[in-house]
Amino acid sequence: MDPKQMELLRRIMETQFITVELNLFLDTHPSEERALQDFRAASRELHNLIATYEAAYGPLLNFGLGEPGMAPCWQWINDPWPWEINWRGKC
Amino acid sequence: MWVYQKMLQYPAGVKACNPKLAKSIITQYGGPDGELAASLRYLTQRYTMPIPQAKAALTDIGTEELAHMEIVATLVYNLVKDASIEDIKRAGLDGYYADHDKALYFVNGDGVPWTAAYIQSKGDPITDITEDMAAEEKARSTYEYLLQLSDDPEVDRTLRFLWQREIVHFQRFGEVLDLLHEHYSHKHVFEMKGYDPAALKKKDDDSGRIITP
Ligand SMILES: [Fe+2]
Repeated sequence: MDPKQMELLRRIMETQFITVELNLFLDTHPSEERALQDFRAASRELHNLIATYEAAYGPLLNFGLGEPGMAPCWQWINDPWPWEINWRGKC
Repeated sequence: MWVYQKMLQYPAGVKACNPKLAKSIITQYGGPDGELAASLRYLTQRYTMPIPQAKAALTDIGTEELAHMEIVATLVYNLVKDASIEDIKRAGLDGYYADHDKALYFVNGDGVPWTAAYIQSKGDPITDITEDMAAEEKARSTYEYLLQLSDDPEVDRTLRFLWQREIVHFQRFGEVLDLLHEHYSHKHVFEMKGYDPAALKKKDDDSGRIITP
């Protein structure tokens, strides 16, 4: 995977970690206004990053939730799959 | 409905081929306190939860555990991918190899297959969430033992991430347990003239818990 693609993917994973963590926190603290604001901001950032990634490299999500892209072929099947990327030394 | 995201939750990497380490780590794939057990336990317990916070927490944590299952599989896959038959034999993975080659299968470190008997779904929300808290602690301990066994600093980084998640999940389930206690302490029991106390020992309809006045 080219380094630019890998770096963008790493940023998406990082940003989604923030939304996962805030999501779980909000599940048991649904009226924490500050956490909700942080969640909204992180979620917007995540959507922007995913849109940028998908436009360049194809869909990250299946079943129509990802951007199919303008390529004339079905990009979803493209390698590498997540377990085929070795993140050694990338963090 | 679930949707797949074509990425790991955490950037798992391995330094070198290490089937011996894979043999230990696979217990978090299909062992008694592993990620499959965690995920299926939470996802099947959520249906009978009486409060929205509990339904949400079990759905979301159960989903995150599926992502952890994928991270553990990625570690095992990459630790054995380039192993020779000699490496496999030296690591004591020959029995596993005979049954599965290098494919991923749900077993513990000694090859014992996963069983639904590892998990419970009791119907009593307090009982279920208490089990979930214990499950998170058991998984945390397992990651600590795996960190002692690991000789790969890249793998350690991922094991530490998974270890931290167990602590966060334990915390969230603790909050769910408090919310459940609060929910039950607010239940109203109406007295009627000439009531029979035994008649009040009835099933509370939205939760199935017995209320004793
Ligand atoms: Fe967990």
